Amino acid sequence: RPLLSRNYASASSPHALIFLEHRQGVIDSGSLSALTAASQLGGQVTGLVVGSSEHVPTVVDKVKKLKGLTSLLHSTSDLYSQQLPETLAPLLQKLLSGSEYTHVVSTPTSLAKSLLPRVAAILDVPAVSEITSLEHDSSSNSTTFTRPIYAGNAISTVRLPSSVPIKFFTVRATNFDPAPSEESQEIDVKAVDPVDVQDCPTEHISTQLAKSDRPDLSVAGRVVSGGRPLKNAETFAATLNPLADILGAAVGASRAAVDAGYADNSLQVGQTGKVVAPELYMAIGISGAIQHLAGMKDSKMIVAVNKDPDAPIFQVADVGLVADLYEAVPQIIEKLKQ
Amino acid sequence: MRPSPARLLNILVPVKRAVDYAVKIRVNAQQTGVDLNVKHSMNPFDEIAVEEAVRIRERLSKEGSEPVTITALTIGPAKSVETLRTALAMGADSAIHVEIPESAPAPEPLGVAKTIRAIVEKQKEKEAVDMVILGKQAIDDDLGQTGQMLAGLLGWGQATYASKVELDLEKKNAVVTREIDGGSEQVRVKFPMIVTTDLRLNEPRYASLPNIMKAKKKPVMKMSPADLNVSLEPQIETLKVTEPPKRVGGAKVESVDELVEKLKAAGFTAV
Ligand SMILES: Cc1cc2nc3c(=O)[nH]c(=O)nc-3n(C[C@H](O)[C@H](O)[C@H](O)COP(=O)(O)OP(=O)(O)OC[C@H]3O[C@@H](n4cnc5c(N)ncnc54)[C@H](O)[C@@H]3O)c2cc1C
Repeated sequence: RPLLSRNYASASSPHALIFLEHRQGVIDSGSLSALTAASQLGGQVTGLVVGSSEHVPTVVDKVKKLKGLTSLLHSTSDLYSQQLPETLAPLLQKLLSGSEYTHVVSTPTSLAKSLLPRVAAILDVPAVSEITSLEHDSSSNSTTFTRPIYAGNAISTVRLPSSVPIKFFTVRATNFDPAPSEESQEIDVKAVDPVDVQDCPTEHISTQLAKSDRPDLSVAGRVVSGGRPLKNAETFAATLNPLADILGAAVGASRAAVDAGYADNSLQVGQTGKVVAPELYMAIGISGAIQHLAGMKDSKMIVAVNKDPDAPIFQVADVGLVADLYEAVPQIIEKLKQ
Repeated sequence: MRPSPARLLNILVPVKRAVDYAVKIRVNAQQTGVDLNVKHSMNPFDEIAVEEAVRIRERLSKEGSEPVTITALTIGPAKSVETLRTALAMGADSAIHVEIPESAPAPEPLGVAKTIRAIVEKQKEKEAVDMVILGKQAIDDDLGQTGQMLAGLLGWGQATYASKVELDLEKKNAVVTREIDGGSEQVRVKFPMIVTTDLRLNEPRYASLPNIMKAKKKPVMKMSPADLNVSLEPQIETLKVTEPPKRVGGAKVESVDELVEKLKAAGFTAV
């Protein structure tokens, strides 16, 4: 791979900047899918890793091997140890203003969703959220995307024309395979200076992360989700964890379960929570409201246990069982053991 | 008596009229959008934004720091005035309606953000806005960008996905708990600032009949995009809107045995 390939970029060949996300040095899995999407533009893809000196070197080491990246930028500063849109936006603004970049790409993490629109507005360009497919046309310098609207009940095909000089978009991880690593890959890695922010209006105080040994919900191959009838946090855990354990599954929840405090808010599946598309999704005591279906209806196999035969979840379930979950779930666990 | 803060707290709450969240939408025959001849209501995240503004006033009035002014704002066709009336009935003091023709395409977040910025700039002449509270996303376009774009345009601090907002009027800042991937975090943001609401921030009240009646008398100021010198011309071209692929579900089993058999047949065994 040519080291200085960026010199060959022309107006018609796209050059994406991908904001690669990590948390405390661990690369976000969605970034790998976003990279696959960025590669599909058919041009160069420059990665950007930002953070503190404690974490950036580890991330850079791992990331520079990712297939599809043609170069990598990193910026390190104490200012970036807590990643705030207010401190990161000026860096992106500097990298992008008057640059050759044609696209800005990221996975829709809570940080990227907070940051990218801020930067897009500063650069006076629109942004497209959570795309599920894309196609770039170099001759017209336009990019066409599909994305779900109305909680996934309609699919919109939209185009960013050449009049939009830098095209911002986030990528639904469930629609793109994660980019693999290539041990042999050698790419240009460059440090960029942080941009100082005078009088930052925002200051980070503290972070609380829910700890879990289970697979990460967004990438798990199997998900067991519970809803309102799980009564309380103890019952939720006591009922669903053994099933998740035996299947090696991640645990998810409906909004009703999250609102009532049975499950952590980061486990919410749906239009306004996480979107998952595992091989197996088990909905236990979940009615299947529009907003919940938005987050799981692309799962390969959907299994539902619900005592109401008319629950909407049965309209999408491949395997539906009308039963009381408190009887059915322990039996399912027993039978899976056999 | 302690002197009350020199200035009022001014909150601006943009709200959007959207297809009601319970409606099962249908793509229109021309594939240009969805059938909009259905029940509409205020975007649920915006109800939470109005509720939060009203609660801020209620909290502060207990501490003796009244008054807080709450201005609701919408950009939309004539019918959007209903949404403003709802906000007024919930407790907003006055409203601004930036009216666009019924036939106009739906404004994009950047256009909306520029419109709100223009209003913030106009307000500066009398009572500068201290806080804009918006929903984290509209449940129709699901873009989730407007608040952040507005913060970028104004150069203000932003607290997205708020689940708790605590004001310090004297220090002129707010500590906001935000929902983030994997947990939550607290940030302190100086006024003037942008907040976007998550579902767990509060439970919006229902407007009572007397309040609905009172809301009819509250002032609604009409403006046009031209008055504000903004363009709402879309930059994103919508080529078509289609139905998502249909899932063929609906298969029920009779027993746990059958369910587990199906699981095993599909390769889902104990690990
Ligand atoms: C703006 C907005 C955004 C939203 N975003 C989301 C989102 O992202 N994700 C989400 O999930 N929801 C979301 N919702 C909420 C959504 O509309 C539903 O209210 C929610 O999904 C209902 O959760 P549930 O299915 O657990 O509860 P319920 O609707 O109460 O359903 C419980 C189900 O359990 C069944 N049941 C009860 N007892 C038993 C038993 N013993 N055994 C077996 N079955 C039993 C019942 O028959 C029922 O079908 C949103 C709503 C709004 C307005």
